[in-house]
Amino acid sequence: MSEAERASRASEGPEEDPIHVAIRDLEKGYDGVPVLRGVTLDVIRGQINVIIGGSGAGKSVFTRQLLRLERPDAGRIVVDGTDIAQLDDWKLVPFRRKFGMVFQFGALFDSMSVFDNVAFPLREHTRMSRAQVKDRVMQRLSDLNVAHAAHKLPAQISGGMQKRVAIARALVLEPEILVYDEPTSGLDPVSSRLVDELIRETASQFGVTSVVITHDMASVFKIGHRVSMLYKGRIEESTTPELILKTHNQVVIDFLRASGVQLG
Amino acid sequence: MAEASSGSAEGPPSPEVTAREADEPGPITRFTRWLVALPILALAEVGILARLFWETILWGIRPPYRFWLIVSMCEFIGVQSMTIVGLTGTSVGAVFGLQLVEGFRRLGAESQTGSVVSLALARELAPVFSALMVSARAGSAMATEIGSMRVSNQIDALTTMSVSPVQYLVFPRVLAGLLMCPILALFFYFVGFGGAWFVSVKLFGLDSGIFIERMRWYVDGIDLVQGFTKAAVFGVTLTLISCRQGYYASGGAAGVGLATNRAVVHSAVAILVLDYVVTTFFV
Repeated sequence: MSEAERASRASEGPEEDPIHVAIRDLEKGYDGVPVLRGVTLDVIRGQINVIIGGSGAGKSVFTRQLLRLERPDAGRIVVDGTDIAQLDDWKLVPFRRKFGMVFQFGALFDSMSVFDNVAFPLREHTRMSRAQVKDRVMQRLSDLNVAHAAHKLPAQISGGMQKRVAIARALVLEPEILVYDEPTSGLDPVSSRLVDELIRETASQFGVTSVVITHDMASVFKIGHRVSMLYKGRIEESTTPELILKTHNQVVIDFLRASGVQLG
Repeated sequence: MAEASSGSAEGPPSPEVTAREADEPGPITRFTRWLVALPILALAEVGILARLFWETILWGIRPPYRFWLIVSMCEFIGVQSMTIVGLTGTSVGAVFGLQLVEGFRRLGAESQTGSVVSLALARELAPVFSALMVSARAGSAMATEIGSMRVSNQIDALTTMSVSPVQYLVFPRVLAGLLMCPILALFFYFVGFGGAWFVSVKLFGLDSGIFIERMRWYVDGIDLVQGFTKAAVFGVTLTLISCRQGYYASGGAAGVGLATNRAVVHSAVAILVLDYVVTTFFV
């Protein structure tokens, strides 16, 4: 898929289902303790879907199910019409290629340079020549302003730069859905807003569907097209950032107030 | 006054505390429970290893085949272990030779030293000691590396990139263990025999020709096959255990430390148990 095709994906034909991932009654527990108690959520194609929730709400567990890093106990995760919730690892491969993941702390391979980290998915999944790999990697690193660090190890660059490299790595195979786990966690306010900007630019430039897991309310209102609140293993509310300010759901109101949000 | 200072100031124990104390099992009950749990835990561990081994085989036969990764692991497990295996082999051979020459001399049978040393090295000492050394050096490093990858989400990152962690991390290590441990055992055998020869011939004055000739008489092909079989089994076992401990590590740095510790201890126990099991097939 060319850059132009990819960039226009968000506005691509009306025949595409606007719901990119449909999650229905998703349940997951550990040692008999339920964590997700029937999550139902639509991830809207081409939009930035933000999922908020306090600590222990089940955000990380939800992310692990969405990416099928774990098998859910019950429920469905329908991606482009196929339920991947109970698929075997072998059959998951083509679906995993649709996802890119930016982990909270980058999860860059610490034994590889920045260049090799970003080149890794290309070397694993494509038959591109060395020159083509180099071109693609340097292009992605340039897009994210980290080309100068290409030959450094992840430990030799800052946390913000590691996030950028992680985004470059997640984008290099041109996924359809990009999942960010706590992208601004541990960053100072200036860096957090830069990462927000990066998420927004990435979504518009590459036309990807974004799922952002966060508890940073400033991010929600800056980048979110839709916001869903996860509370005690269920989605309490799923709406737009503008409408969530007018919610009557007491759980959401309490969370927003505790986060310092002025409600209308 | 005396009553106040002897604890009544804290008031009588609440009914909940008393009930909890009554529920708490005594040391004998705890020991019995531990005894019952031990074989169950051991069986569960064997089950986890068997499942990981099966997954390793299934992923190993599927493309892509990462030859460079296998070569790199062979270098790590095999070539980099040669120094410690060589040192251990020389030491074990020399000490074994020393003990045997001295012991056989009392019976006037010191000419048998070469045969016994060779037989012991081929059947037992070379595969067992070299595997223990590989476990301590490479196994611990594997558990730490994979464990660190697990707790820093690098293994999850592999999965999200549609790369099977079992295929990418476990299979090359297990295959390298299978290939390299027999080679290291052979190396151990030669340096061990060299050490025994040096002590027996150069220090104790045994005839070099007799020493080597007795080795040829007594050590058959089947003895070497036994040694190689053991080394191969130990190689697979110790790499699998080390990978398993790292792969399922949790709990940050402390968890990785624990995984490394378990990798070495479990590998050592497995090597000793399997040594007996494999030997029964040859006697």
